[in-house]
Amino acid sequence: MKKSTRQAYGEHLNELFKSYPKMVVLDADLSGSTKTAVFKKEHPERHFNVGIAEANLMGVAAGLAAGGQIPWASTFAIFGTGRAFEIVRNSICYPNLNVKLALSHAGISAGEDGGSHQSVEDVSLMRSVPNMTVLVPADATETCRMMEAAMEIDGPVYIRLGRMDLEVLFDEDYEFTVGEGVELKIGRDVTIIAMGLMVEQAMIAAEYLKGEGISAAVINMGSIKPIDADLIVETAAKTGAIVTAEEHSIIGGLGSAVCEVVSERFPVPVVRVGLQDTFGQSGKAQDLLEHYGMTAEAIVAAAKEAIDKKV
Amino acid sequence: MKDLEKIANKIRCDIVKMVAKAGSGHPGGSLSSVEILTMLYFEKMKVDPKNPQMPNRDRLVMSKGHATPVLYSVLAAKGFFPEEELDHFRQLGSILQGHPDMRKVPGVEMSTGSLGQGISTAVGMAISGKLDQSDHRVYAILGDGELQEGLVWEAAMSAAHYKLDNLMAFVDNNDLQIDGDIRDVMSPYPIVDKFKAFGWHVISVEDGNSFDLLEKAWTEAKDVKGQPTVIICKTVKGKGVSYMENVCGWHGVAPKPEELEIALKELELED
Ligand SMILES: Cc1ncc(C[n+]2csc(CCOP(=O)(O)OP(=O)(O)O)c2C)c(N)n1
Ligand SMILES: [Mg+2]
Repeated sequence: MKKSTRQAYGEHLNELFKSYPKMVVLDADLSGSTKTAVFKKEHPERHFNVGIAEANLMGVAAGLAAGGQIPWASTFAIFGTGRAFEIVRNSICYPNLNVKLALSHAGISAGEDGGSHQSVEDVSLMRSVPNMTVLVPADATETCRMMEAAMEIDGPVYIRLGRMDLEVLFDEDYEFTVGEGVELKIGRDVTIIAMGLMVEQAMIAAEYLKGEGISAAVINMGSIKPIDADLIVETAAKTGAIVTAEEHSIIGGLGSAVCEVVSERFPVPVVRVGLQDTFGQSGKAQDLLEHYGMTAEAIVAAAKEAIDKKV
Repeated sequence: MKDLEKIANKIRCDIVKMVAKAGSGHPGGSLSSVEILTMLYFEKMKVDPKNPQMPNRDRLVMSKGHATPVLYSVLAAKGFFPEEELDHFRQLGSILQGHPDMRKVPGVEMSTGSLGQGISTAVGMAISGKLDQSDHRVYAILGDGELQEGLVWEAAMSAAHYKLDNLMAFVDNNDLQIDGDIRDVMSPYPIVDKFKAFGWHVISVEDGNSFDLLEKAWTEAKDVKGQPTVIICKTVKGKGVSYMENVCGWHGVAPKPEELEIALKELELED
C-alpha cells in the first residue's frame, strides 16, 4: 500500500484531537495540500487559516501556545522553515513554546513546482535552533508515531512531511522513540543510515549488496535531533564505514549530523548521499530522485566507496 | 476581432495546452491575467526579444510567480524563445520551470514563486532605475491573495517612501486563492484604501479583462509623478474557459484531454 506522509498527518490529526482537546490546527492557504483540510472538515472551529502569510502563521501559533493551546502549524516546508525562520527561532524556540510544525512538500520530491518550492535545507535550518526537536518520518505509520511522540514533548517540534506517495514500510505496532534510531537490518561491513523516503532505498540497497557478498546494516534515523549518538558510535565500531542517505542537502542535514557524532567520538569514513549543494528543478518526483542520485543504486555505490576508504 | 484580442485568445489556447501537456500547473490565475500581460508586452513595454538584456528595457516582475503559463506564453508569442519550448513546461531539464527562473528564460526579469517577494524586488529594480537615471519602467503583477503577505506591504511602504513613479503594479483581483474566496480565507479588503494609505496612486479597473479599460488606466498611470501607481483590476479567474471561470478548484489543476478539447473548442469559437 502507498500513502504520503502528509496524508497520514491530516488523518491522524483527527485521532490525536480525541486525546488532546487543546489542539488547534493552523494553515496558510494550503490546507488541501498539507491535508489539514481533513481536520478542518471535522473541527472547523479549531482550524485557523491565516491566509498566505507564513510569518504570521508562526507568530499566531506562538501566541496560541503561550495561551495554553497546542498548535500544529502547517504550510510547505520551504515557507515554514524559510520565510518564517526567524519567527520560528525567536517567537517559538527562544521561549521554548509548545508549537508543532508539520511542514509538507519537503525535498525535491515536491516535483513539478520546481526549485523555488523544493526545500533542501529545512532540516539544516531547524536542527541548528536550540530547543527544536526534528523528526523525519519514513512512511505513513512512522508519521503517526512521531505525531504522538511530539505531543509528549512540551516544546517545539518540526516534523518533515512529503508530497509523494510512499510505500508503507512499518506495521501498526512499529515503535518510535525520540532520540532513538531503529536498526532495521543488522550488518558487518558497512552501515547505511537513512531518513525519510531514503529509508526504503536503503533497504533495497542492502539487499543488492548482500547479493554481492557485502553485509550492510540499515538504520532508520527518524529522530534527527536529538540524534541517537550512541547507536551511531556503536555501529561505527562494528562496521567501520557509514553511508548517509537523505532527500536533503548534504550540508547541514542527516549526513552532517552523523559526521558530527563520528568525528568527535569514533572517526570512520562517511559517504553522504543526498543533494550535492544544488537546488532542485521541475520534473516528476521519481525522475528528480534519479537525476540527483537519491536512489538505491547511488547508495550501493556509496557503500562500496565507504568500504574502500576503511583503513 | 481586434489584434490584441486575437493575441489574447492565442495566449489562452497556449496556456491550457501547456498545462494539459505538463499534467500540472496553474491555469486559473494565468487566464485572469492574460489581458494585463498582453497589453503590456504587445503595446506598452519597451523590450527587444532579440536583445533581452537591453539596458534601458522596461522590466516586468511576475510577483504571482505561479502564473508561469501566461508569462511564458506571452514571452514565446513575443519571440523571446521558440514556442515549441512551451511543450516542455515543468519537465526535467526544461528552461520553463514551474516558477519563473531569470537565469534560464530570456525575458524573465526575476526569479519568483514565493509570493510577496516579487514586488519587493521590483522596488529594488525601480530604485536602480532612478540611480542610473534611466527612463525605463518597472511593472509588477500581484495576486489578490498574495496581498496577505506582510512583505507586500513592507514593499509598498518603501515604494512610496522613495517616490517610485517608475513603478507600476497591477493587482489581479480575481477574488480567489487556493483555499477559497479571498474574503472567506483572509480578506485583504479594502484594497484601494490600503494602497492609498500606503502612499500610492490607486486606479480601479472594473473589468481587468477589457483592453479598453486597461488602456485607459495605463494612460493615467504613466503620467503620475512622485509616487508609485497600482492598478487594481477586477478579473475573472479561469477567464475564457467556461468550466474554469470563478472556480477555485482550477487554481492549480491541469485539464484532462477531454477537458482540454472543450476548452480549445470554446476558445476557438471566439476567434
Ligand atoms: C510564500 C508563498 N506561500 C504560499 C504559496 C503557495 N501558493 C501558490 S499560489 C497561492 C494562491 C495565490 O492566490 P492569488 O495571489 O490570489 O493568485 P491568483 O488567484 O491570481 O492565482 C498559494 C498560496 C506560495 N507560492 N508562496
Ligand atoms: Mg486571486
